[in-house]
Amino acid sequence: MMLGVETTGVDQTRALAASVAEVAGPGDIVLLVGELGAGKTAFAQGFAAGLGITEPVTSPTFTLVRTYTGRVRLHHVDVYRLENLQEALDLGLAEMVGEDAVTLVEWGDAVAPVLPRDFLEVRLAYGAGDNEDRRTVALRVVGRRWSARTEALGKALSEWAVA
Amino acid sequence: MTEGTSTAVLAIETSCDETAAAVVVDGTDVRSSVVSSQVDLHARFGGVVPEIASRAHVELLPPVVAEALVESGLDGGDVDAVAATVGPGLVGSLLVGVAAAKALALVWGVPFVGVNHMEAHLYAAFLEEPTLEPPLVALLVSGGHTMLVAMEDHGVYRLLGSTIDDAAGEAFDKVARFLGLGYPGGPAIDREAAAGDPHAIDFPRALVDHGFDFSFSGLKTAVVNYVRRHPDVPTADVCASFQEAVVDVLVTKARRAAASTGARNLCLGGGVAANSLLRSRFVDACEQDGLHPFVPSRSMCTDNAAMVGAAGWWRLRSDGPTSLDAGADPNLRLA
Repeated sequence: MMLGVETTGVDQTRALAASVAEVAGPGDIVLLVGELGAGKTAFAQGFAAGLGITEPVTSPTFTLVRTYTGRVRLHHVDVYRLENLQEALDLGLAEMVGEDAVTLVEWGDAVAPVLPRDFLEVRLAYGAGDNEDRRTVALRVVGRRWSARTEALGKALSEWAVA
Repeated sequence: MTEGTSTAVLAIETSCDETAAAVVVDGTDVRSSVVSSQVDLHARFGGVVPEIASRAHVELLPPVVAEALVESGLDGGDVDAVAATVGPGLVGSLLVGVAAAKALALVWGVPFVGVNHMEAHLYAAFLEEPTLEPPLVALLVSGGHTMLVAMEDHGVYRLLGSTIDDAAGEAFDKVARFLGLGYPGGPAIDREAAAGDPHAIDFPRALVDHGFDFSFSGLKTAVVNYVRRHPDVPTADVCASFQEAVVDVLVTKARRAAASTGARNLCLGGGVAANSLLRSRFVDACEQDGLHPFVPSRSMCTDNAAMVGAAGWWRLRSDGPTSLDAGADPNLRLA
């Protein structure tokens, strides 16, 4: 299942992420994909806010993982600096995914093979045209957990949905 | 034992990609400081690779400690305490240094002292400036952190502000990687910027007029956007303008922090403090505002163990030894 939406800037990306978070629950995996500057950090911040996390969500690039507590716990992972799957295994990424927390992985496409095939992929890209703040957001549902919630997800994103 | 009442601290630093050991007497007298950089190991990955870093620390630490002891002229039996960075940093890397320090402390029957890496960066200024006294304000800028801290007394800190997204050093690394300049990004951009026009591109200064928090994620995006729209722009101009934007925000907030706290001493620390423009702008700003600038030498700004020895000595004096049960904390806070 694919859902395509568009945002006009970073604030909308945050708001959209917060809507996605409302549909998310413990045990879920969300993979963030997109080049530098596409809005992965903004999405993570909005997503955390949607989970009721009030402390500032800062880049996990340096420490690789930061964990926050809100309505549910959030593991915010950044695998930008990992170069191969062995390192993702060494990081304990697969063990980190658990029933007690949502796991949000930046640059997640790179480590998908070591994760359960049951996740929401959020692909952020620069929009077409002159407006450099515009972003397209493509959501792809893989596996059972999220498939069961596609309707709720579609509803949450109806405000931004394009064709 | 060292003679009289002086205290010799063997210090170990392994929080990121430098394996370092030093012997520091009484918090200021650096008898030796050995740093073995892993930069070459990580360069081809465009950043520190955690697993490689941990393994390299395991291999490098024993000879680095041995060299620090030999250079200091002290034997293991002369060491009065062993200090190690316990956080923040990469957990696998931290654990190597912490385990080694505890083992040495046990063998020699001397106290172990756990040190906060950011506090150590702050103490770099004390190492080289014996006259420095709190209260002061410190701007600590590194690959993982960007913060303004008011130090009211030794060990007493108030966090004035910190980054709400990316650290300044991380922005340097990511922009350098995007521009194809390699790793580490700080020195690469510093070099490239020397030939560029810092006013060629007016990059955003996020939050510059608001409080003491920092934001560098938007600046990184602005660089990407600009280069995408102007593919022929000289890289030197991009680097110079980017660096100008980062330094402008850092220095503006540091001097405002000094003004708001009334501190007369303004210190700089952390790996990004090795940046030439930041160093010169920081000193100029202090002169204009009648403040005393404390800018450690470049080798004391980047990760080293001498600063850990200085901070460890103060910690030992104020809090006593750290329990051997205490672990490493990758997200350890300063205040």
